[in-house]
Amino acid sequence: MIEFNPLDLLNTLPILVLVSWACALLMVNVFVPRQGKGLMVLLTALGLAVTLILSIFQAGTQTEAFKGMLAIDDFTVYMNVFILASSLVALAISHDYMQRMGLARGEYYVLMLFSVAGMMLMASAADLIVVFLALELLSIPLYVLSAFARPQVESEEAGLKYFLLGAFASGFLVYGIALVYGATGQTNLIQIFAAAEAGVETPAFLLVGAGLILVGLGFKVAAAPFHMWTPDVYQGAPTTVTAFMAVGAKAGGFAALLRVFIAAFPAISVDLAPVLAAVAAATLVIGNVVAVAQSNIKRLFAYSSISHAGFILMAFVAFGQDGLFEDTIASVLFYLVTFAIASFGSWAIVIMLERKEGRGLDLQDYAGLGRKYPALALAMAVFMFSFTGVPPTLGFAAKLFVFRVVIEGGYYWLAIVGVVTSVVSAYYYLRLIIIMYMQDGDPQVRGETWLNLATAATAVATVLLFFFSTPLFEWAAEAGFLWF
Amino acid sequence: MLTGYIPIAILLILSVGLGVLVIVLGGLFGPKRPSKRKSAAYESGMQPIGPGTRRLPVRFYMVAVLFILFDIEVLFFLPWAVAFRDLGLYGLIAMIVFNIPIIVGFIYEWKKGALEWE
Repeated sequence: MIEFNPLDLLNTLPILVLVSWACALLMVNVFVPRQGKGLMVLLTALGLAVTLILSIFQAGTQTEAFKGMLAIDDFTVYMNVFILASSLVALAISHDYMQRMGLARGEYYVLMLFSVAGMMLMASAADLIVVFLALELLSIPLYVLSAFARPQVESEEAGLKYFLLGAFASGFLVYGIALVYGATGQTNLIQIFAAAEAGVETPAFLLVGAGLILVGLGFKVAAAPFHMWTPDVYQGAPTTVTAFMAVGAKAGGFAALLRVFIAAFPAISVDLAPVLAAVAAATLVIGNVVAVAQSNIKRLFAYSSISHAGFILMAFVAFGQDGLFEDTIASVLFYLVTFAIASFGSWAIVIMLERKEGRGLDLQDYAGLGRKYPALALAMAVFMFSFTGVPPTLGFAAKLFVFRVVIEGGYYWLAIVGVVTSVVSAYYYLRLIIIMYMQDGDPQVRGETWLNLATAATAVATVLLFFFSTPLFEWAAEAGFLWF
Repeated sequence: MLTGYIPIAILLILSVGLGVLVIVLGGLFGPKRPSKRKSAAYESGMQPIGPGTRRLPVRFYMVAVLFILFDIEVLFFLPWAVAFRDLGLYGLIAMIVFNIPIIVGFIYEWKKGALEWE
C-alpha cells in the first residue's frame, strides 16, 4: 500500500500547473476555431507568469517530495525563477519572428511549455531516474522545435541530427545510471552519496557510471568533445528556438550536473575533478578557436555558446572540496544568468536582421549597423563585451567569480587556459563590433515592440547589474541544496 | 536461485511457440494469391527502391505514432492491473492522472485528422 502525501502536490505545484496548462493549451489549439494571432502567445505568457509567481512563493521551502524523488529547496526556486523568466523573454522575441517566417502554429508554444516543465523538473531532480525523465521531457520538445521550420531542409536536418545524437547521449546517461546503481544499489542522489562514502565493493563501476553520466549531460550543455551537433542544430533551427535552446537546455543540463555531482559524487571527486577539468579545457579551446573561422552569425554564436559552457564547467573542478562547492554552485548560477541575459539580447538582434530563407545571417550583413542604427549597434557591442568579459559588463564579474573558484580549487593551469582562450574570444567578438562600426553597408532591420524591448532591457541589465554583482553573487550563494 | 525465472522461461517458450504456430498454420491453410505488389518488400508503405529525398505519404507514420501512444498505455496498464489490489485507490488515481496526457494527445491527433485515411 503506497501512502499518499497531499503535501507533495503542493510542493510540486509550479510544475503541475505548467504541465496542465500545456495540455489545456494543446486543446485550445485544436478546439478554438479561428483563434486570433495573439491568443496562444497571451495564454502561454499567462501560464508562465502564473508559474513564475507560484515558484517565487516557494522561496524558503526546504523539503523533499514524492519520497525523495524531488528536492524543493533554494536551488530549485532559484533555477525555476531563472528558467521561467528566460522563457518569458524567449516568448517575447518569438512572436513577431514566427509570424514573419510563416511558422505561426500553436504547437510551438505548447512544445515550449513542455520543455520548460522538463527544465524545472531537472532543477529539482533528487533521483537519477528523475534526472533521466526530466532530460527526455526537456529534449523531445526541443527536437521537434528544431525541425519547426519544415519543409526547410536545414531545419529538418537540424531536427533529425539533434534527435539522433540526443537519443545516443540519453543512452550513455542511462548506462551510467545503471552502472552507478550496480555499484551502490541506489538511484537516489543522497543515498548514492552515503553508499560511496561508506565505500563500495566495485569502485570502478561507480567511476565509469559517473563518467557516462557526465557524457550524457555534457551533450546537453554542449561541452567538447560532445559538442558536434551544436553548430548545425543552432544554425538550422529557427532562430527563436536556438535562443531558447541555447539558454534553457544549458540551464537544465548544468542544474542536473550540479545536483548530481555535488550531491552524489563528492567521495570520488579526486578522480572526477581532473576529468571535468580536461573536458572544460577542451571545450574552451575548441569553442573559442573554431569560432574564429565562422562567417555565419548563428554558427559564430553556436561556438561562442560552446565556449561559455567551457567557462561554466571550469567552476566544477572544485565540486568535491569542502567549503568550495557552495562557491561552485553560486558561480555557475551567476554565470548562467549572465550568459542568458547577453545571449537573449544578441539573439534578439540576430532575429531583427534575419530575413526569409536564411538571408541576413552573414557577418557582413552587419556592416554599417553602427551608422544606420546606432542604438542597436551599441546594444550588440555591449553584449559582445559581456561575452568577452570586459568591465563594466556583467560578463566580467561572472568570469571573475569562476576564475576565483578555479584558483582556490588549485587548478592554476585551467585558469591560465581560461584566460588565454578569453583573449582568443576577444578577436571574434571585437571583429563583429569592427564590422558594425568601421565597414560600410546597408543593413535591413525589422524592429518590433517586443524585440526592441527585450534588446533594450537585456542591454541595460548587462551594464547596470555589473554594479550589483557582489550582492547578486551572494544571492546566488544562498541557493544551496537542502541536504547540506 | 534461478528457479524464480522458470515462469518467465515458460512465458518465453509459450510466446515464441504461439508466434511460430500462427505463422505455420497461416502458411499451411491460408489462401495464396501472390501478385507483384504483394511480393514487394513492404506490401504497405513506401517503395523500398528509389531516391531518398522524394516526398512520401505520411499516413503510415501517423498510424505508427497512434500505435506507440496506446502501446505505452498498455505497457503501463498491465503491471498496474497485476498489482491493482496492493496499490488501491492511490494506484487508481495515479493511473487516471497518467491517462489524462495520453487522452489529450489522442484528442489532438484525432482533431488534426490523423484518423482519416484520405
